[in-house]
Amino acid sequence: MRVAALAHPADFEGWREAARVCLAAGARPHEVAWRIGEEPDLFAALAPLPSAAPSAAPPTEPAFRVPREFVELAQLAICHADEDRFALLYRLLWRLRADRDLLGRITDDDVFRLRAMAKMIRRERHKMEAFVRFREIADAEGSLFVAWFEPEHHVVEITAPFFVRRFASMRWSILTPLVSAHWNMKELRFGPGAAKSDAPSHDRFEEHWLTYYANIFNPARLKIGMMKSEMPVRYWKNLPEAALIETLVREAGKREAAMIEASPTPEPRRAQIILERMKKTANAAGPGAGHNALPGLAQEASGCRRCPLWEGATQTVFGEGAADARLMFVGEQPGDKEDLAGKPFVGPAGEVFDRALAEAGIDRASAYVTNAVKHFKNEPRGKRRLHKTPDAGEISACRWWLEREIEIIRPQFTVALGATALRSLTGLSGGLMNLRGMLAPSDLVGEVFVTVHPSSILRMPPEQREAAYAAFVADLRKLARLMA
Amino acid sequence: MAIADIKSRLAILADAAKYDASCASSGSEKRDSRSGGIGSTEGMGICHSYAPDGRCISLLKILLTNHCVYDCLYCVNRVSSDTPRARFTPEEVVDLTLAFYKRNYIEGLFLSSGIVKSPDHTMEQLVRVARLLREAHGFRGYIHLKTIPDADPALIAQAGVWADRLSVNVELPKEQSLAQYAPQKDAGSIRRSMGNLRLRIDEAREEKARTRRAPRFAPAGQSTQMIVGADGASDVDILRSSSLLYGSYDLKRVYYSAFSPIPGAGAKLPPVKPPLMREHRLYQADWLYRFYGFSVDEIAEGADAHGGMLPLDKDPKLAWALVNRALFPLDVNTASREELLRVPGLGVKTVNEILRLRRLQKLRIDDVSKLTRSRAAFRPFVTALDWRPGATLDSAQLAARLAPKPQQLSLF
Repeated sequence: MRVAALAHPADFEGWREAARVCLAAGARPHEVAWRIGEEPDLFAALAPLPSAAPSAAPPTEPAFRVPREFVELAQLAICHADEDRFALLYRLLWRLRADRDLLGRITDDDVFRLRAMAKMIRRERHKMEAFVRFREIADAEGSLFVAWFEPEHHVVEITAPFFVRRFASMRWSILTPLVSAHWNMKELRFGPGAAKSDAPSHDRFEEHWLTYYANIFNPARLKIGMMKSEMPVRYWKNLPEAALIETLVREAGKREAAMIEASPTPEPRRAQIILERMKKTANAAGPGAGHNALPGLAQEASGCRRCPLWEGATQTVFGEGAADARLMFVGEQPGDKEDLAGKPFVGPAGEVFDRALAEAGIDRASAYVTNAVKHFKNEPRGKRRLHKTPDAGEISACRWWLEREIEIIRPQFTVALGATALRSLTGLSGGLMNLRGMLAPSDLVGEVFVTVHPSSILRMPPEQREAAYAAFVADLRKLARLMA
Repeated sequence: MAIADIKSRLAILADAAKYDASCASSGSEKRDSRSGGIGSTEGMGICHSYAPDGRCISLLKILLTNHCVYDCLYCVNRVSSDTPRARFTPEEVVDLTLAFYKRNYIEGLFLSSGIVKSPDHTMEQLVRVARLLREAHGFRGYIHLKTIPDADPALIAQAGVWADRLSVNVELPKEQSLAQYAPQKDAGSIRRSMGNLRLRIDEAREEKARTRRAPRFAPAGQSTQMIVGADGASDVDILRSSSLLYGSYDLKRVYYSAFSPIPGAGAKLPPVKPPLMREHRLYQADWLYRFYGFSVDEIAEGADAHGGMLPLDKDPKLAWALVNRALFPLDVNTASREELLRVPGLGVKTVNEILRLRRLQKLRIDDVSKLTRSRAAFRPFVTALDWRPGATLDSAQLAARLAPKPQQLSLF
C-alpha cells in the first residue's frame, strides 16, 4: 500500500502530482491510500513493483494524455466532501489509460459519480456566490466587509476569485470553519478557519434588507417547496432574511384571505381629478389639429381592422412622401424591418430600391412610396418571422387605403413593384414578367408602369442577381425617360 | 404628505413592484471591477435569496414612485387605489442599490415607476438613476429598466446605453382586454416600443460584430410580462401572443404572471386566488415552444379543443404525447434528437446525454433511467435494447397512471 499525502482537502495540484507518480509506478487503484495534511511520504513508501521496469528506465507506456474534460471534472470533484474522491479520481485515471472513451460512458458507475460530484460542486459554488452575506465593520485601514459562511464542500478556494472580480475595490474576508479568504484590494490570501463569533453580528443595512425581503414576498403565492429546493434549509442559519420566513408563511393565508374578502375600497377623491385632467389633455392633442389630408389618412389607417393582418403586425406602415408627388411607387407589403420601424422600404429590399433609383437618376424624396398591403403578413418561427404573400382578400381589403392615397396625391406616374402591386392596381393576377418595363391599364390611375419588386432580386441565386438588378435599373431608366 | 423614513418607503415601493415577475440577471456582457468601479456580470444570473412564494430574489426590484396617473384595474398602484404612496429620489435608489450590492444581497437593480407628470418625465428619472450608478459610481452590476412606451426615443436610446435589459410589459394577452382594463395604455404603442427596441438592439449587436468600441444598447435584450387569469384569454391565445412576441421582437423571455389579489382591489376587477398551476403549465409550454421544437399548433393539440386551456393535471408535453400515441414508441438507440425531445419525461440535457452515450454503446432502459429524474414517465413511450413498452401505450389508463400523485401543497 502506498500513501499519497495532499496539502489540503481540495489540493488538486497535489493530487495530480501524486497520481502521476503512482501511475508511472504502475500502482493499481486499490494499492494507493490518500491522506490529507500528512508529510508527503509518498516517495519514501514507493518501492519498485516486482513487475515494473527498473527505476532508472522511463515508463514503458507511451505518454498518456489525459482528456481535458477529465481535468475539468476532477478539479470540481476534488472539492467534494466525499472521502472517497481522491481514490475515485485515481481509479478513473487508471481506467482511462485502457479506455479512452470512458468519460463518454456516462452511466458507468465511476463516471456517473464523477459527473454527479462535479455537478454538486458547481451548485455549491453557485450557492456560495449567492448566499455569502457581508457585514461592514471599520478597522484602522477603513471599511472592511466580513462574511461567515458554512459550505458543505471545499469550495472556498474555487469561489473566492468570483468575489475578487466582483468586489475588487472593497476589502473583504470570508470566514468559514476550515479556511478563510481575505482580499486586501491587491491580493487574495487564504488563512486558517474561524468561528462564527469571529465575524460581525450586525450591519447597518440589514434591517433595510429584511424590510425588502418581507415586502417583495407575495402572500397569495405561497410555494414553500420551491423556496426550499432552491434555498435549502441548511443555509438558513447564515441568511439574515431567513429569520422572517416562519412568520411570513404563518401569516400568508390570513393576508391572502383578507385581500380576497375585503370589500372594494372607495376611490380616493384625487383619482377623479387626475383622470379628468388627463382626458382633457388627451382631447386637446387629439386628431383634427391642422387637418392635413395625408397625415389624417395615415392616422386613420393606424387603427385599421379591415382584415385580420393587424393582429400579427407591429403597426400599419403607411405611405411616405410629398402630397404633391408626380411619381408614386406601390410595393407589396412592409417587411420585417419596415414593420418594426413603421416606414416603407427601409429594410434590405429598400436598400436595393434606393441604390437602383439613384442609378436611374430618380429622386426618392420627391416621390411617394407606399405598399399595396399596409400590414406585414408573416408567420412567427422562433426568433424571426417568415414573410407570407398577401392573398386576394387582403389585397382587396387594403385597396381601400391605396385608393384614398391616390385620390389625395393624384400621381402623374404610378409604378407597380411586383405582382401584388400589379394585382391591386390593375386586377391582373399574373403576367408580371411579360408586362415589365411597359404600361398596363389601371382603373385606379389610368396607366401603371410595371416592374419587379426589389426583394425579388435578393431572392435570386447569387449568380443571377447582378443581371436581375441591371434589368431592374433598366426598367427604372425607361421610367425616367417616360417622365422626362 | 411625504414619508421621511427610508425603510417605510422601501416597504411601500418594494410591495408596489412585486407583481412584476421578471427577476433575470443573466445574459449580459462579461465585465468586472478589477479595472475599477464595483461589481460584475458573468453571463449567468445569480438568485441571492428566495421568498416563501418560491420566487428568486436577484435584483433590488422597486419602483421609483408608486404615484401613478394611470388607472389599470389589475394594478395596486392605479390612481383609483387608496394604497399608501411614496417616492425615492434617484440618489436614494443609487445609495440603496450600492449598499445592498456590497453586502452581496443582490445582482443589481430592476427599476420601474408609476407614471408621474408625463411618460418623458418618468423615463428621464429612471435613466438618471442608471446613469448615476454607472458614471458616478462605476457600477458594473446588472441594471434592468422598465421602458415607458411613448417616451421620447432619445430617452430610450439613453436607457439602452446604461441598462443591461429593457422591458415593456404587454400586460394582457388580448388587445381588447387592455382597452377594457388599462384604458390609458395603448397596445399599438406598446408594440411599437418593442419594435423600436428590437431595431436598436439588433443594430448595436451588428455594430459590435464590426468594431469592438461600438456603443452598447441593452446587451441582455428585452423581455415582457403578461398577466394570466385577469381576462378571458385562453392558454392557446396566450401562447400565440407569445410566439408572435418572440418572433417579432426577439424577446429573451415572456414572463407569465398569475393574476394575484392586491390590497384595495376595485369592484370592476375583483380579486381571485391566483392561478399558479396554470402559470406553471404556461411556462412549460413556453419552454416546449422555445427549446423543444414544438409549434403552438402542436401544443394546442394537448389543450382542450373548445376552451383552448392546457390540462392542469399533466404537463403539456405529456398531454401532446397522449393524443399522438401513434408516433410512439421511439427507439432511444436510433431516434433523432428532434424526436427524442418529444418524449415525455426527457429534457434537453437528458436527450443530449442519450445521444452522447449511444455513440459508444446500445442503451438499456436502466441507462435512460439513470440519466433522468423522471424515472417512469418516459417508459411507455420508448424502446431500448432490453425494453418494449408492450400494450401500456394503448392502455386507456395510461394518462391516469402517469398523472402526478396529488400533493399536499403549502405544508411547512
